[in-house]
Amino acid sequence: MTEVARGPVQVMGEVLSNKRAGGYQHLTLVAPGVAERFRPGNLVALAVGGPLSDRLLRRSFPIYRARATGAYRATVELVFAVTEPGQEWLAGLPNGASVDVVGPLGRPYALPKEPVACTLVGNGHAAAPLFSLADRLRERGCAVHMVLAAPSERELFGALDAKRAAKTVVVTTEDGSIGLPGGVGVVLPDLLARTGSDVVYAAGPAPMLHAVAAAAESHGAWSQTTLDTDLVCASGACLTCVVPTVGEDGVSRTVRSCLEGPVFRGDRVRWADIATVPADTWGTDHSGGAE
Amino acid sequence: MSGPDLTTTIGEVQLASPVMVAAGCAGTGRELEPFLDLGQVGGLVTRSVTLDPRSGEAPPRAVETPAGVLSDTGLQGPGLQGFLATELPWLAQRRVRTVVSIAGQNLGEWAELARRVGLSPGVTAVEVNLAWPPDSAAARDSYQAAKILAAVRRDMPRGIPVLAKVAPLVHSVVDVSRAAVEAGADAIVVGHGLPGMALDRATLRPALRGGNGFLSGPALNAVALRCVWEVHAALPEVDLVGSGGVRTGFDALAMLAAGARAVQVGSVVLHDPAAPRRIAAELAEELDRRCIPAVAEAVGRAQRPHPDLTGDA
Repeated sequence: MTEVARGPVQVMGEVLSNKRAGGYQHLTLVAPGVAERFRPGNLVALAVGGPLSDRLLRRSFPIYRARATGAYRATVELVFAVTEPGQEWLAGLPNGASVDVVGPLGRPYALPKEPVACTLVGNGHAAAPLFSLADRLRERGCAVHMVLAAPSERELFGALDAKRAAKTVVVTTEDGSIGLPGGVGVVLPDLLARTGSDVVYAAGPAPMLHAVAAAAESHGAWSQTTLDTDLVCASGACLTCVVPTVGEDGVSRTVRSCLEGPVFRGDRVRWADIATVPADTWGTDHSGGAE
Repeated sequence: MSGPDLTTTIGEVQLASPVMVAAGCAGTGRELEPFLDLGQVGGLVTRSVTLDPRSGEAPPRAVETPAGVLSDTGLQGPGLQGFLATELPWLAQRRVRTVVSIAGQNLGEWAELARRVGLSPGVTAVEVNLAWPPDSAAARDSYQAAKILAAVRRDMPRGIPVLAKVAPLVHSVVDVSRAAVEAGADAIVVGHGLPGMALDRATLRPALRGGNGFLSGPALNAVALRCVWEVHAALPEVDLVGSGGVRTGFDALAMLAAGARAVQVGSVVLHDPAAPRRIAAELAEELDRRCIPAVAEAVGRAQRPHPDLTGDA
């Protein structure tokens, strides 16, 4: 929280490697300037389709890993599911191809000042940013525990990584095809109690984050959550990726996921009202515009 | 190399460059600062300021469409007071040429917005958003547009030009523009996004929560260009600003040659936050290549008989 953001840069990145990783795509880009400024939780936004592209909107992804120095200069790695033509274009890029990169964007995870126990909860490929977070936490002497969740085994990401990154690894799938059945809401309360975690970090879809925030709250831990959502410009200019939150003053506001987030304090998000503008939000009038 | 003279005038205000950033595409300005020297852009049009704070439309608010973006934010914003307290001073401090877009719901609101914006330091011009509320006909209806422009002009200091932003609809754009100018507008901006719809791939339901949105981006460029042409042909003495899908220096030049004195770039900024700088540089090259020494000499040039516009010189 006390760290000063040094702001994003726009650079022409170069594909260093681009390969399948389970059901996902793992893209490594040489992106000088981005990796140096990276903090876990930050995003990058990529232009798709090349210079003649008619696809206007950037595709944004949380950074999986960043290396500021290395054999290939500064690199950032991304993991994503290929679900639409822009992502297909990215997934098909050969090594050496150019990609316009903007980043790092967004508010990163707040790190604890003390070496406390932390539990990291990720769903599918959305778990990607938690691995560099785990490294930073371990550097600070924090005990790191991890929950990897997915609808089924096919969508699970990072199980091997997690064994290196965390003291405890719990895998849970909704269909029980691997690990414990039932999902995050079922396994998390027990893990928090067992590990005495003071902070819970989570990345995934809103229902999972809702469960995480609730479990953290009843355990008495802080939660830091990253909502897995589409961002249009990722720089804050377009005002479209809004999330209903409650401020310290108790007033509800719609805030941008890309700028005020993507990391939010779990107890500040109105999880039950995601994708709406609740009627008591600041600035909701009676002439339409809100639900 | 000195390059062509890019200065242009809108109303009585001189701009260092004809490339402006369109309303709703620059955030508060702060969002673009890492990518762009805002002092260098011809002008930054703010998102439309409403009298009261607005929480806006429920998401999803924007979706990509062929060569465009369909969006409706519901004009989320801090309201006039919040804007004047937190957003305008930041822009003024950096000497950004700020065009304040205003959006009222009735004549009383328009007048109050005009009066209070007009009294605030750091305002280069005011742009009247005639397309809001979405059910308003003002962007395409001469009578309503004239009433609004008269109310705004009456309460605006003389030195601050009032720009009327009209819908790029060929059947009415000349009439609405003429009415707006007669009611006191100093310049016309052509134009708004057009109402549109997109369906979600997975659900086959409207992709935007609000159902309809406004289409902007390159998909609109030819439509906007024709409207600029028509208005310039009918009202050659009126200052025009062309807005609609400009994303290259040539697109900007085409708007100028059709009759605009400046252009606004919008959706392309969401794609490339540094686009205004690139487009201005490309425009300078385009002018240079055609031996046109100044933006002022390009304005309306496509509508005048002239032997040498090929760029081979």
